[in-house]
Amino acid sequence: MDRPLRLVAANPLDRLARTLEALLVVASQPLPVEELAEAAAEDAERVEMALGLLAERFQEGRSGIVLERVAGGWAFRASREAADACGRLFERPVERGLSQAAMETLAVVAYLGPCSRPEIARLRGVAADSVVAGLVERGLIAEAGREDGGAVRYRTTPLFERVFGLESLSVLPRLDDLGDAEDIRERLESLAEKRPA
Amino acid sequence: MPVPVRELELDLEAFEGPFDLLLALVLRDELDLGEVDVAGIVLAFLERLAEREELDLDACGEFLVLVAALLELKARALLTGEDGDLEDLDPAQAAEELARRLADYRRIKEAAAWLVDRLDEESDRYFRLGPAPLAPRVERRLAAQDPAELATALRALSAEPPAVSLAHLELRFPPVEQFLGRFRSLLARRTRFDFDTEVDGLTRVEQAVAFLALLELRKAGEIELSQASPFAPIRVRRNAETQTERTTTWTARSA
Repeated sequence: MDRPLRLVAANPLDRLARTLEALLVVASQPLPVEELAEAAAEDAERVEMALGLLAERFQEGRSGIVLERVAGGWAFRASREAADACGRLFERPVERGLSQAAMETLAVVAYLGPCSRPEIARLRGVAADSVVAGLVERGLIAEAGREDGGAVRYRTTPLFERVFGLESLSVLPRLDDLGDAEDIRERLESLAEKRPA
Repeated sequence: MPVPVRELELDLEAFEGPFDLLLALVLRDELDLGEVDVAGIVLAFLERLAEREELDLDACGEFLVLVAALLELKARALLTGEDGDLEDLDPAQAAEELARRLADYRRIKEAAAWLVDRLDEESDRYFRLGPAPLAPRVERRLAAQDPAELATALRALSAEPPAVSLAHLELRFPPVEQFLGRFRSLLARRTRFDFDTEVDGLTRVEQAVAFLALLELRKAGEIELSQASPFAPIRVRRNAETQTERTTTWTARSA
Protein backbone atom coordinates (compact mmCIF):
# COMPACT_ATOMS: atom_id res chain seq x y z
CA MET A 1 0.00 0.00 0.00
CA ASP A 2 1.61 3.22 -1.08
CA ARG A 3 -1.30 5.36 0.09
CA PRO A 4 -0.70 6.99 3.45
CA LEU A 5 -2.64 5.67 6.38
CA ARG A 6 -5.79 7.63 7.10
CA LEU A 7 -6.19 8.63 10.67
CA VAL A 8 -9.17 7.08 12.36
CA ALA A 9 -9.56 10.19 14.48
CA ALA A 10 -12.12 12.56 13.01
CA ASN A 11 -10.89 14.86 10.31
CA PRO A 12 -11.19 18.42 11.73
CA LEU A 13 -13.15 19.57 8.69
CA ASP A 14 -15.55 16.72 9.28
CA ARG A 15 -15.98 17.88 12.82
CA LEU A 16 -16.73 21.41 11.65
CA ALA A 17 -19.24 19.96 9.18
CA ARG A 18 -21.02 18.21 12.01
CA THR A 19 -21.13 21.45 13.99
CA LEU A 20 -22.60 23.31 11.02
CA GLU A 21 -25.12 20.51 10.56
CA ALA A 22 -26.22 21.04 14.15
CA LEU A 23 -26.47 24.82 13.72
CA LEU A 24 -28.54 24.46 10.56
CA VAL A 25 -30.93 22.01 12.11
CA VAL A 26 -31.85 24.35 14.95
CA ALA A 27 -32.23 27.39 12.69
CA SER A 28 -35.63 28.30 11.27
CA GLN A 29 -34.26 30.50 8.51
CA PRO A 30 -31.27 30.39 6.18
CA LEU A 31 -27.96 31.17 7.91
CA PRO A 32 -25.35 33.18 6.03
CA VAL A 33 -21.78 31.86 6.01
CA GLU A 34 -20.60 34.69 8.28
CA GLU A 35 -23.13 33.80 10.95
CA LEU A 36 -22.22 30.13 10.76
CA ALA A 37 -18.54 31.00 11.01
CA GLU A 38 -19.13 33.14 14.06
CA ALA A 39 -21.21 30.50 15.83
CA ALA A 40 -18.74 27.74 14.99
CA ALA A 41 -15.78 29.96 15.91
CA GLU A 42 -14.11 29.17 12.60
CA ASP A 43 -13.07 31.23 9.60
CA ALA A 44 -15.46 31.65 6.69
CA GLU A 45 -13.26 29.85 4.20
CA ARG A 46 -13.20 26.62 6.20
CA VAL A 47 -16.93 26.94 6.82
CA GLU A 48 -17.49 27.12 3.06
CA MET A 49 -15.42 23.98 2.62
CA ALA A 50 -17.33 22.15 5.31
CA LEU A 51 -20.62 23.31 3.76
CA GLY A 52 -19.47 21.80 0.47
CA LEU A 53 -18.94 18.53 2.30
CA LEU A 54 -22.41 18.75 3.81
CA ALA A 55 -24.07 19.73 0.54
CA GLU A 56 -22.66 16.54 -0.96
CA ARG A 57 -23.94 14.45 1.90
CA PHE A 58 -27.38 16.10 2.02
CA GLN A 59 -28.48 16.07 -1.58
CA GLU A 60 -31.51 14.94 -3.51
CA GLY A 61 -31.62 11.20 -3.85
CA ARG A 62 -29.19 10.60 -1.04
CA SER A 63 -31.03 11.99 1.94
CA GLY A 64 -34.52 13.02 3.02
CA ILE A 65 -32.97 16.28 4.17
CA VAL A 66 -31.40 18.49 1.53
CA LEU A 67 -28.96 21.31 2.16
CA GLU A 68 -29.60 24.25 -0.14
CA ARG A 69 -28.14 27.67 -0.70
CA VAL A 70 -31.11 30.00 -0.58
CA ALA A 71 -32.02 33.60 0.34
CA GLY A 72 -28.42 34.56 0.94
CA GLY A 73 -27.67 31.70 3.29
CA TRP A 74 -27.75 27.98 3.84
CA ALA A 75 -30.75 26.01 5.03
CA PHE A 76 -32.04 22.48 5.30
CA ARG A 77 -35.27 21.53 3.60
CA ALA A 78 -37.17 18.37 2.82
CA SER A 79 -36.16 16.43 -0.26
CA ARG A 80 -38.42 16.82 -3.27
CA GLU A 81 -39.26 13.12 -3.30
CA ALA A 82 -40.85 13.58 0.13
CA ALA A 83 -42.96 16.50 -1.10
CA ASP A 84 -46.18 14.50 -1.39
CA ALA A 85 -45.86 13.23 2.16
CA CYS A 86 -45.02 16.72 3.41
CA GLY A 87 -48.00 18.06 1.48
CA ARG A 88 -50.31 15.68 3.28
CA LEU A 89 -49.09 17.00 6.61
CA PHE A 90 -48.38 20.66 5.84
CA GLU A 91 -49.35 23.47 3.50
CA ARG A 92 -47.27 26.20 1.94
CA PRO A 93 -49.72 28.95 2.83
CA VAL A 94 -47.45 31.82 1.78
CA GLU A 95 -48.05 31.30 -1.90
CA ARG A 96 -51.57 29.85 -1.76
CA GLY A 97 -53.93 31.73 -4.04
CA LEU A 98 -51.52 34.38 -5.33
CA SER A 99 -53.39 36.24 -8.07
CA GLN A 100 -51.99 37.37 -11.40
CA ALA A 101 -52.03 40.94 -10.05
CA ALA A 102 -50.04 39.79 -7.04
CA MET A 103 -47.46 38.03 -9.20
CA GLU A 104 -47.03 41.11 -11.39
CA THR A 105 -46.67 43.34 -8.33
CA LEU A 106 -44.18 40.90 -6.86
CA ALA A 107 -42.23 41.01 -10.13
CA VAL A 108 -42.17 44.83 -10.08
CA VAL A 109 -40.91 44.91 -6.49
CA ALA A 110 -38.37 42.13 -7.07
CA TYR A 111 -36.89 43.79 -10.14
CA LEU A 112 -37.29 47.49 -9.45
CA GLY A 113 -37.49 47.53 -5.63
CA PRO A 114 -37.37 49.30 -3.40
CA CYS A 115 -40.31 51.01 -5.06
CA SER A 116 -43.49 52.71 -3.95
CA ARG A 117 -47.14 51.96 -4.64
CA PRO A 118 -47.51 54.84 -7.13
CA GLU A 119 -44.55 53.45 -9.08
CA ILE A 120 -46.10 49.99 -9.13
CA ALA A 121 -49.45 51.47 -10.16
CA ARG A 122 -47.83 53.43 -12.98
CA LEU A 123 -46.17 50.33 -14.40
CA ARG A 124 -49.20 48.10 -14.15
CA GLY A 125 -51.75 50.78 -15.00
CA VAL A 126 -53.89 49.70 -12.04
CA ALA A 127 -53.94 50.88 -8.43
CA ALA A 128 -51.74 48.63 -6.30
CA ASP A 129 -52.90 49.32 -2.75
CA SER A 130 -54.80 46.16 -1.89
CA VAL A 131 -52.37 43.89 -3.75
CA VAL A 132 -49.41 45.41 -1.91
CA ALA A 133 -51.19 45.04 1.42
CA GLY A 134 -51.83 41.38 0.67
CA LEU A 135 -48.19 40.72 -0.19
CA VAL A 136 -47.04 42.48 2.97
CA GLU A 137 -49.40 40.32 5.00
CA ARG A 138 -47.96 37.18 3.44
CA GLY A 139 -44.49 38.40 4.29
CA LEU A 140 -43.29 38.35 0.67
CA ILE A 141 -42.58 42.08 0.61
CA ALA A 142 -41.81 44.53 3.39
CA GLU A 143 -41.48 48.26 3.87
CA ALA A 144 -38.06 49.67 3.07
CA GLY A 145 -37.95 53.35 3.93
CA ARG A 146 -39.68 56.22 2.20
CA GLU A 147 -39.31 58.22 -0.98
CA ASP A 148 -38.53 61.92 -0.88
CA GLY A 149 -42.23 62.55 -1.41
CA GLY A 150 -43.07 60.44 1.61
CA ALA A 151 -44.48 57.38 -0.15
CA VAL A 152 -43.50 54.10 1.53
CA ARG A 153 -41.15 51.94 -0.54
CA TYR A 154 -41.24 48.16 -0.62
CA ARG A 155 -38.72 45.43 -1.26
CA THR A 156 -38.97 41.68 -1.37
CA THR A 157 -38.12 39.72 1.78
CA PRO A 158 -35.80 36.74 2.37
CA LEU A 159 -39.00 34.71 2.63
CA PHE A 160 -39.77 35.62 -0.98
CA GLU A 161 -36.39 34.27 -2.07
CA ARG A 162 -36.90 31.15 -0.02
CA VAL A 163 -40.40 30.42 -1.29
CA PHE A 164 -39.25 30.89 -4.88
CA GLY A 165 -36.05 28.96 -4.27
CA LEU A 166 -33.77 31.87 -5.18
CA GLU A 167 -30.21 32.04 -3.97
CA SER A 168 -30.54 35.82 -4.18
CA LEU A 169 -32.35 38.40 -6.30
CA SER A 170 -29.42 38.40 -8.69
CA VAL A 171 -30.41 35.00 -10.08
CA LEU A 172 -33.62 36.47 -11.51
CA PRO A 173 -33.45 36.52 -15.33
CA ARG A 174 -32.49 39.91 -16.76
CA LEU A 175 -35.55 42.09 -17.35
CA ASP A 176 -34.19 43.05 -20.77
CA ASP A 177 -34.23 39.40 -21.80
CA LEU A 178 -37.88 39.16 -20.88
CA GLY A 179 -40.69 40.34 -23.14
CA ASP A 180 -40.06 41.37 -26.69
CA ALA A 181 -40.22 45.14 -26.77
CA GLU A 182 -39.61 45.23 -30.51
CA ASP A 183 -42.59 43.02 -31.06
CA ILE A 184 -44.98 45.57 -29.61
CA ARG A 185 -43.37 48.47 -31.41
CA GLU A 186 -43.64 46.63 -34.70
CA ARG A 187 -47.28 45.88 -34.10
CA LEU A 188 -48.04 49.49 -33.33
CA GLU A 189 -46.17 50.64 -36.39
CA SER A 190 -47.86 48.17 -38.69
CA LEU A 191 -51.20 49.33 -37.30
CA ALA A 192 -50.27 52.91 -38.05
CA GLU A 193 -49.33 52.00 -41.61
CA LYS A 194 -52.62 50.27 -42.20
CA ARG A 195 -54.54 53.32 -41.06
CA PRO A 196 -55.62 55.46 -44.01
CA ALA A 197 -53.68 58.70 -44.05
CA MET B 1 -85.61 42.63 -26.38
CA PRO B 2 -82.42 44.66 -26.66
CA VAL B 3 -79.44 44.09 -24.43
CA PRO B 4 -79.73 46.84 -21.78
CA VAL B 5 -76.20 48.18 -21.89
CA ARG B 6 -76.63 50.60 -19.07
CA GLU B 7 -78.17 47.98 -16.81
CA LEU B 8 -75.45 45.45 -17.55
CA GLU B 9 -74.59 43.83 -14.21
CA LEU B 10 -70.88 43.90 -13.53
CA ASP B 11 -68.96 41.84 -11.01
CA LEU B 12 -65.42 43.24 -11.06
CA GLU B 13 -62.73 43.30 -8.41
CA ALA B 14 -63.23 47.00 -7.70
CA PHE B 15 -66.91 47.34 -8.50
CA GLU B 16 -70.12 45.36 -8.41
CA GLY B 17 -73.37 46.68 -9.86
CA PRO B 18 -74.88 48.03 -13.05
CA PHE B 19 -72.70 49.63 -15.73
CA ASP B 20 -74.73 52.80 -15.43
CA LEU B 21 -73.73 53.27 -11.80
CA LEU B 22 -70.09 52.60 -12.60
CA LEU B 23 -70.11 55.37 -15.18
CA ALA B 24 -71.78 57.76 -12.77
CA LEU B 25 -69.21 57.01 -10.07
CA VAL B 26 -66.31 57.43 -12.45
CA LEU B 27 -67.62 60.73 -13.78
CA ARG B 28 -68.13 62.03 -10.25
CA ASP B 29 -64.57 60.99 -9.36
CA GLU B 30 -65.91 58.69 -6.67
CA LEU B 31 -64.31 55.66 -8.23
CA ASP B 32 -60.72 55.59 -9.40
CA LEU B 33 -60.69 54.45 -12.98
CA GLY B 34 -57.28 52.92 -12.33
CA GLU B 35 -59.08 50.33 -10.22
CA VAL B 36 -61.52 49.38 -12.94
CA ASP B 37 -60.82 46.38 -15.12
CA VAL B 38 -62.21 47.53 -18.47
CA ALA B 39 -61.53 44.14 -20.06
CA GLY B 40 -63.82 42.66 -17.40
CA ILE B 41 -66.62 44.99 -18.51
CA VAL B 42 -66.13 43.94 -22.13
CA LEU B 43 -66.21 40.27 -21.16
CA ALA B 44 -69.40 40.75 -19.15
CA PHE B 45 -71.02 42.47 -22.12
CA LEU B 46 -69.91 39.78 -24.56
CA GLU B 47 -71.30 37.10 -22.29
CA ARG B 48 -74.61 38.91 -22.14
CA LEU B 49 -74.56 39.31 -25.91
CA ALA B 50 -73.84 35.63 -26.43
CA GLU B 51 -76.97 34.75 -24.50
CA ARG B 52 -79.06 36.34 -27.28
CA GLU B 53 -79.72 34.64 -30.56
CA GLU B 54 -79.26 37.70 -32.74
CA LEU B 55 -76.75 40.51 -32.82
CA ASP B 56 -78.10 43.70 -31.25
CA LEU B 57 -76.35 46.42 -33.23
CA ASP B 58 -77.82 49.30 -31.24
CA ALA B 59 -76.58 47.86 -27.98
CA CYS B 60 -73.16 47.11 -29.47
CA GLY B 61 -72.85 50.66 -30.74
CA GLU B 62 -73.79 52.19 -27.44
CA PHE B 63 -71.45 49.88 -25.58
CA LEU B 64 -68.58 50.62 -27.92
CA VAL B 65 -68.98 54.36 -27.35
CA LEU B 66 -69.12 53.99 -23.59
CA VAL B 67 -66.14 51.66 -23.37
CA ALA B 68 -64.11 53.81 -25.75
CA ALA B 69 -64.82 56.81 -23.50
CA LEU B 70 -63.79 54.80 -20.44
CA LEU B 71 -60.58 53.70 -22.12
CA GLU B 72 -59.75 57.22 -23.15
CA LEU B 73 -60.29 58.47 -19.60
CA LYS B 74 -58.15 55.67 -18.25
CA ALA B 75 -55.37 56.23 -20.77
CA ARG B 76 -55.35 59.92 -19.92
CA ALA B 77 -55.17 59.12 -16.22
CA LEU B 78 -52.15 56.94 -16.89
CA LEU B 79 -50.31 59.47 -18.99
CA THR B 80 -50.86 62.63 -16.98
CA GLY B 81 -49.67 63.28 -13.47
CA GLU B 82 -46.21 61.93 -14.12
CA ASP B 83 -44.93 64.16 -16.89
CA GLY B 84 -46.77 67.40 -17.46
CA ASP B 85 -45.12 67.81 -20.84
CA LEU B 86 -46.80 64.77 -22.35
CA GLU B 87 -49.60 66.89 -23.72
CA ASP B 88 -47.06 68.81 -25.73
CA LEU B 89 -45.89 65.65 -27.46
CA ASP B 90 -46.84 65.21 -31.06
CA PRO B 91 -48.78 62.05 -31.88
CA ALA B 92 -45.68 60.18 -33.04
CA GLN B 93 -43.84 60.89 -29.79
CA ALA B 94 -46.92 60.03 -27.77
CA ALA B 95 -47.18 56.72 -29.60
CA GLU B 96 -43.50 56.10 -28.89
CA GLU B 97 -44.01 56.86 -25.20
CA LEU B 98 -47.04 54.61 -25.07
CA ALA B 99 -45.13 51.83 -26.80
CA ARG B 100 -42.30 52.23 -24.29
CA ARG B 101 -44.68 51.93 -21.38
CA LEU B 102 -46.45 48.98 -22.89
CA ALA B 103 -43.08 47.32 -23.40
CA ASP B 104 -42.19 48.00 -19.75
CA TYR B 105 -45.42 46.43 -18.66
CA ARG B 106 -44.93 43.54 -21.04
CA ARG B 107 -41.57 42.79 -19.46
CA ILE B 108 -43.10 42.90 -15.99
CA LYS B 109 -45.78 40.51 -17.18
CA GLU B 110 -43.09 38.20 -18.48
CA ALA B 111 -41.24 38.46 -15.20
CA ALA B 112 -44.44 37.58 -13.38
CA ALA B 113 -44.90 34.60 -15.68
CA TRP B 114 -41.34 33.53 -14.91
CA LEU B 115 -42.10 33.76 -11.20
CA VAL B 116 -45.25 31.70 -11.64
CA ASP B 117 -43.27 28.98 -13.41
CA ARG B 118 -40.60 29.16 -10.76
CA LEU B 119 -43.17 28.80 -7.99
CA ASP B 120 -44.59 25.81 -9.80
CA GLU B 121 -41.18 24.16 -9.97
CA GLU B 122 -40.34 24.97 -6.39
CA SER B 123 -43.66 24.10 -4.75
CA ASP B 124 -42.31 20.66 -3.83
CA ARG B 125 -39.62 22.20 -1.65
CA TYR B 126 -40.81 22.04 1.93
CA PHE B 127 -38.91 23.88 4.61
CA ARG B 128 -39.33 25.00 8.15
CA LEU B 129 -41.08 28.35 8.47
CA GLY B 130 -42.46 30.60 11.13
CA PRO B 131 -41.13 32.01 14.32
CA ALA B 132 -37.88 30.52 15.54
CA PRO B 133 -38.55 27.67 17.98
CA LEU B 134 -35.37 28.76 19.72
CA ALA B 135 -34.90 32.37 20.66
CA PRO B 136 -31.54 33.92 19.83
CA ARG B 137 -29.12 33.52 22.68
CA VAL B 138 -29.10 36.36 25.19
CA GLU B 139 -26.04 36.90 27.33
CA ARG B 140 -26.95 37.08 30.99
CA ARG B 141 -24.21 38.02 33.39
CA LEU B 142 -25.44 37.66 36.97
CA ALA B 143 -23.27 37.17 40.02
CA ALA B 144 -24.00 34.22 42.31
CA GLN B 145 -26.87 35.18 44.60
CA ASP B 146 -27.72 34.26 48.20
CA PRO B 147 -31.39 33.28 48.72
CA ALA B 148 -31.21 34.76 52.24
CA GLU B 149 -30.65 38.19 50.71
CA LEU B 150 -33.77 37.80 48.65
CA ALA B 151 -35.67 36.83 51.82
CA THR B 152 -34.37 39.95 53.59
CA ALA B 153 -35.39 42.11 50.68
CA LEU B 154 -38.85 40.59 50.64
CA ARG B 155 -39.21 40.95 54.41
CA ALA B 156 -38.49 44.65 54.13
CA LEU B 157 -41.25 44.87 51.58
CA SER B 158 -43.76 43.00 53.72
CA ALA B 159 -43.36 45.34 56.77
CA GLU B 160 -46.42 47.39 57.66
CA PRO B 161 -46.06 50.85 56.19
CA PRO B 162 -46.24 53.77 58.71
CA ALA B 163 -49.75 55.05 59.29
CA VAL B 164 -50.53 58.05 57.21
CA SER B 165 -50.95 61.21 59.29
CA LEU B 166 -54.29 62.94 58.92
CA ALA B 167 -53.24 65.82 61.15
CA HIS B 168 -53.48 68.32 58.37
CA LEU B 169 -57.15 67.45 57.84
CA GLU B 170 -58.20 68.21 61.44
CA LEU B 171 -59.76 71.51 62.50
CA ARG B 172 -58.22 72.76 65.67
CA PHE B 173 -60.84 74.20 67.97
CA PRO B 174 -59.67 76.33 70.87
CA PRO B 175 -61.57 75.47 74.07
CA VAL B 176 -64.76 77.43 74.63
CA GLU B 177 -63.62 78.09 78.22
CA GLN B 178 -60.90 80.32 76.89
CA PHE B 179 -63.49 82.74 75.51
CA LEU B 180 -65.83 82.31 78.46
CA GLY B 181 -63.06 83.52 80.74
CA ARG B 182 -62.07 86.27 78.39
CA PHE B 183 -65.61 87.62 78.05
CA ARG B 184 -66.29 87.33 81.79
CA SER B 185 -63.19 89.30 82.68
CA LEU B 186 -64.12 91.82 80.03
CA LEU B 187 -67.60 92.19 81.51
CA ALA B 188 -66.10 92.55 84.96
CA ARG B 189 -64.46 95.74 83.74
CA ARG B 190 -67.15 97.04 81.38
CA THR B 191 -70.88 96.62 81.29
CA ARG B 192 -71.07 96.20 77.58
CA PHE B 193 -68.91 95.45 74.51
CA ASP B 194 -69.19 94.94 70.82
CA PHE B 195 -68.72 91.27 69.82
CA ASP B 196 -67.46 92.04 66.31
CA THR B 197 -64.69 94.37 67.43
CA GLU B 198 -63.72 91.93 70.19
CA VAL B 199 -63.17 88.95 67.84
CA ASP B 200 -61.81 90.99 64.99
CA GLY B 201 -58.46 89.61 63.84
CA LEU B 202 -59.17 86.04 65.03
CA THR B 203 -59.40 83.08 62.66
CA ARG B 204 -62.75 81.96 61.39
CA VAL B 205 -62.73 78.92 63.67
CA GLU B 206 -61.79 81.04 66.70
CA GLN B 207 -64.60 83.44 65.87
CA ALA B 208 -67.03 80.54 65.73
CA VAL B 209 -65.90 79.23 69.13
CA ALA B 210 -66.09 82.74 70.56
CA PHE B 211 -69.68 82.92 69.31
CA LEU B 212 -70.43 79.60 71.02
CA ALA B 213 -69.02 81.07 74.26
CA LEU B 214 -71.33 84.03 73.78
CA LEU B 215 -74.33 81.72 73.41
CA GLU B 216 -73.20 79.82 76.49
CA LEU B 217 -73.07 83.03 78.55
CA ARG B 218 -76.48 84.01 77.20
CA LYS B 219 -77.88 80.59 78.17
CA ALA B 220 -76.53 80.99 81.67
CA GLY B 221 -78.22 84.37 81.80
CA GLU B 222 -74.98 86.23 82.40
CA ILE B 223 -75.45 88.51 79.39
CA GLU B 224 -78.04 89.98 77.13
CA LEU B 225 -77.55 90.16 73.38
CA SER B 226 -78.91 92.60 70.90
CA GLN B 227 -78.54 93.13 67.18
CA ALA B 228 -80.15 95.94 65.22
CA SER B 229 -80.63 93.94 62.07
CA PRO B 230 -79.19 90.76 60.45
CA PHE B 231 -75.40 91.07 60.00
CA ALA B 232 -75.34 94.19 62.10
CA PRO B 233 -72.82 94.26 64.97
CA ILE B 234 -73.78 92.12 67.96
CA ARG B 235 -73.90 94.07 71.18
CA VAL B 236 -73.22 92.34 74.46
CA ARG B 237 -74.42 93.70 77.81
CA ARG B 238 -73.80 92.38 81.29
CA ASN B 239 -76.83 91.04 83.08
CA ALA B 240 -76.15 92.38 86.52
CA GLU B 241 -78.97 90.52 88.32
CA THR B 242 -78.16 86.87 87.73
CA GLN B 243 -74.49 86.31 87.94
CA THR B 244 -73.58 82.68 88.29
CA GLU B 245 -70.21 81.16 88.91
CA ARG B 246 -71.08 78.11 86.89
CA THR B 247 -68.15 76.66 85.02
CA THR B 248 -68.71 74.68 81.96
CA THR B 249 -66.78 71.94 80.21
CA TRP B 250 -68.76 72.54 77.13
CA THR B 251 -66.62 72.41 74.04
CA ALA B 252 -67.28 72.74 70.41
CA ARG B 253 -66.26 69.13 69.90
CA SER B 254 -68.90 67.80 72.24
CA ALA B 255 -71.55 69.72 70.36
